[in-house]
Amino acid sequence: MTMTSSETTSVRITGSRFGYRFNIVGMIGFSVILFWAMVAIFAPLIIPYPVGEIVDFDYFGPVSADFWLGSDYLGRDMFSRILMGARYTVGISLAAVTIACFSGVVLGMTAAVAGGWLDTVLSRFLDALNSIPSKLFGLVVVAAVGSSIPVLILTLSVIYIPGSYRFARALAVNINAMDFVTVARIRGESTWYLIRSEILPNIVGPVLADLGIRFVFIVLLLSGLSFLGLGVQPPYADWGALVRENIGGLPFGAPAVMAPSFAIASLTISVNLLIDNLPKKIRDRSE
Amino acid sequence: MAKLVEIRDLKVEATTDSGRRVEIIKGVSIDIAEGEIVALIGESGSGKTTIALTLMGYARPGCRIAGGSVSLAGKDMVTLSEKQRAKIRGTEVAYVPQSAAAAFNPAATIMDQVIEVTRIHGLMSPDEARARAVDLFRALSLPEPETIGSRYPHQVSGGQLQRLSAAMALIGNPKLVIFDEPTTALDVTTQIEVLRAFKSVMKQGGIGGVYVSHDLAVVAQIADRIVVLKGGEVQEVGTTDDILTNAKHPYTRELLAAFEPKRRQAAQVAAAPAPLLQIEGLIAGYGQIQADGLPAIRAVENVSIKVEKGRNLGIIGESGCGKSTLARAIAGILPAAGGSIIFDGVKLEQNARRRSREQLREMQIVFQYADTALNPAKSVEEILARPLAFYHGMGGKARSGRIDQLLDMVRLPRNLRHRRPGELSGGQKQRVNFARALAADPKLILCDEITSALDTVVAAAVIELLKELQRELGLSYIFISHDLSVVEAICDEIVVMYGGKKVEEITPDKVKAPQHPYSQLLFSSVPKLDPTWLDGVEQDPELVRAYCRR
Repeated sequence: MTMTSSETTSVRITGSRFGYRFNIVGMIGFSVILFWAMVAIFAPLIIPYPVGEIVDFDYFGPVSADFWLGSDYLGRDMFSRILMGARYTVGISLAAVTIACFSGVVLGMTAAVAGGWLDTVLSRFLDALNSIPSKLFGLVVVAAVGSSIPVLILTLSVIYIPGSYRFARALAVNINAMDFVTVARIRGESTWYLIRSEILPNIVGPVLADLGIRFVFIVLLLSGLSFLGLGVQPPYADWGALVRENIGGLPFGAPAVMAPSFAIASLTISVNLLIDNLPKKIRDRSE
Repeated sequence: MAKLVEIRDLKVEATTDSGRRVEIIKGVSIDIAEGEIVALIGESGSGKTTIALTLMGYARPGCRIAGGSVSLAGKDMVTLSEKQRAKIRGTEVAYVPQSAAAAFNPAATIMDQVIEVTRIHGLMSPDEARARAVDLFRALSLPEPETIGSRYPHQVSGGQLQRLSAAMALIGNPKLVIFDEPTTALDVTTQIEVLRAFKSVMKQGGIGGVYVSHDLAVVAQIADRIVVLKGGEVQEVGTTDDILTNAKHPYTRELLAAFEPKRRQAAQVAAAPAPLLQIEGLIAGYGQIQADGLPAIRAVENVSIKVEKGRNLGIIGESGCGKSTLARAIAGILPAAGGSIIFDGVKLEQNARRRSREQLREMQIVFQYADTALNPAKSVEEILARPLAFYHGMGGKARSGRIDQLLDMVRLPRNLRHRRPGELSGGQKQRVNFARALAADPKLILCDEITSALDTVVAAAVIELLKELQRELGLSYIFISHDLSVVEAICDEIVVMYGGKKVEEITPDKVKAPQHPYSQLLFSSVPKLDPTWLDGVEQDPELVRAYCRR
């Protein structure tokens, strides 16, 4: 056997039967996300205690057979509260990220294809929006209109539209300069056709990856807002709010403050892992 | 003569993304004597660069040398450790890449980069190295050899940069230099000077060389022996004269035949009353519109051309002469600032957006790079279906049948329709690209350098196809190219462009005796298969000074 300068790295390959390569790290990330999604859907069916009820005589109680993750500052069951919190954290973030990315990508592609004054106006307006600090913007809106779930979703999506727009526009500008778009343009195609048929299929991969990253940002911002008391209002609580409620337990190392933090971390890290290891299509199919 | 390089039964493997191993070099054996220049020639994917890189003990990522030996001056590059190889690279074997522009660091001066090899290997003091570099610059006939080293890469021309990268390779006094298509990206008038410089330096120093190229005529000028490769195997080895005059292998003959395409029989014009396309005083360019209503940088200035029905017009010129801009202005992609375009008796709008759908349909444009001209996310079927639906309102069975017809026309198997462009070869992609233009049933097709990105043999096949289709469908082509032999093969009239202006219009039979001095320079610079051509060709220094940006 001879030595070569380029060692072939042996990547663990799974699921290659389907013509896709999906590595083990991506699978782990995907399983955790799937787990939280299931929890969010089925939470009311599986919680052992009602979320608002004080069931433990102790506050910041330890992990026990009755209370799997201890109890919070009022003696409520932490396990049930985290399961229900998943609904708010995952649901609100998902809704916000969908709105943000959809609007951002459509506007970005339109600006890239149309060019001219529309591009300039849209870009300057969204840049201006981008220059407002996101937490401050959230604070002002919630202080002015009051906190409710639709307000939260809209605020979060407005905050993340400019980033999504910039990203999609940059990608679309590159595709727009390709000859096949020129060919379609001098065929006489409409802007809508150019966006839908020529540009979108070629940027959808990076856009999905961007959606994942933005989802993480939104989870963190939502948790931040809730931590400041501007997010989901009591007695309901998302994970950020759970951390805030129980921050007093930090000196005692109470599970009540650690568990929701771990929940936030596990979700965001998993999404990142999945994005970095999305399934890749195998081009060599002569096997 | 002592053997400098002995490659024995070399095998290189590549691992695909599904983990399958493919042998890309299948047991190749090549010898190179000291001071001998051996050319590796073959189409893209034949493994010529892969073999050249193994001479440095290098395999590209995903590839590995699976067997055999590469002995360079007595050392087997395959079994050496990476550290030992690093010592040899730059001192005994050196590499001149295809694109010198990409190989230079734009942030450092040329001299610093040229003498970097001597610093890394501790060969000589910086002052000695600089003196040697200046000698090399002189030997490579670079202008201002004393001071050119203090410039940055963007301050010299492409031909100069290519010679500077040769100086970088030669400074460590190597026994073997690998040239990887060093003149492919250059204009023909520049190429001559670069080839001459390479040849004289190599002969003077008695340096062995490996010259990788797909252009037989270029190789004929510089190589002592030629190795013809195909599919990772040696097809034929012989001295340059042998290969050129007495080729045995069918593939070599194909390569030779492709070099001299058959001249087209000039179409008999059936006394067409009006020309198909008539362009008068076209002006097009880029940048801000000035007070006189013309753009700041005019790439095409006052060009008038005429295309008769069923006849072809060739537009030839070097990079930057405005030939592609002219095509874009005709197609309306870049609206012209002045002049008139009369197509089939009707004056066309300058901007494609204001032309009618019927006008757009009748004039199609085919671009140079099929890679970027086909949407990678769509199948061949979808690509061809769109113009059929868009212009002819075809759907269902009729459309599907027409797609089959189109694939037949461009000689592609019908089952290719479900593939994506990424799964096709370069020649196949260019055929799909062309079929899409045919789908519109045009009267005129603008071909912008459509064979430049293809291998010689494939390009010849595409040209043959174009001629056949013209006979069947009565099309006209405007054929834009920098390659005289291609234009000669297919066109009835040839327009020579320089600096945005039309300098001459001639017919192919008069190409031997052009009138305008620039045409003379351009036509005489095209390499011929004759190995003595480079030494015999004379360039008028006055003309070179006037027309070449070296």
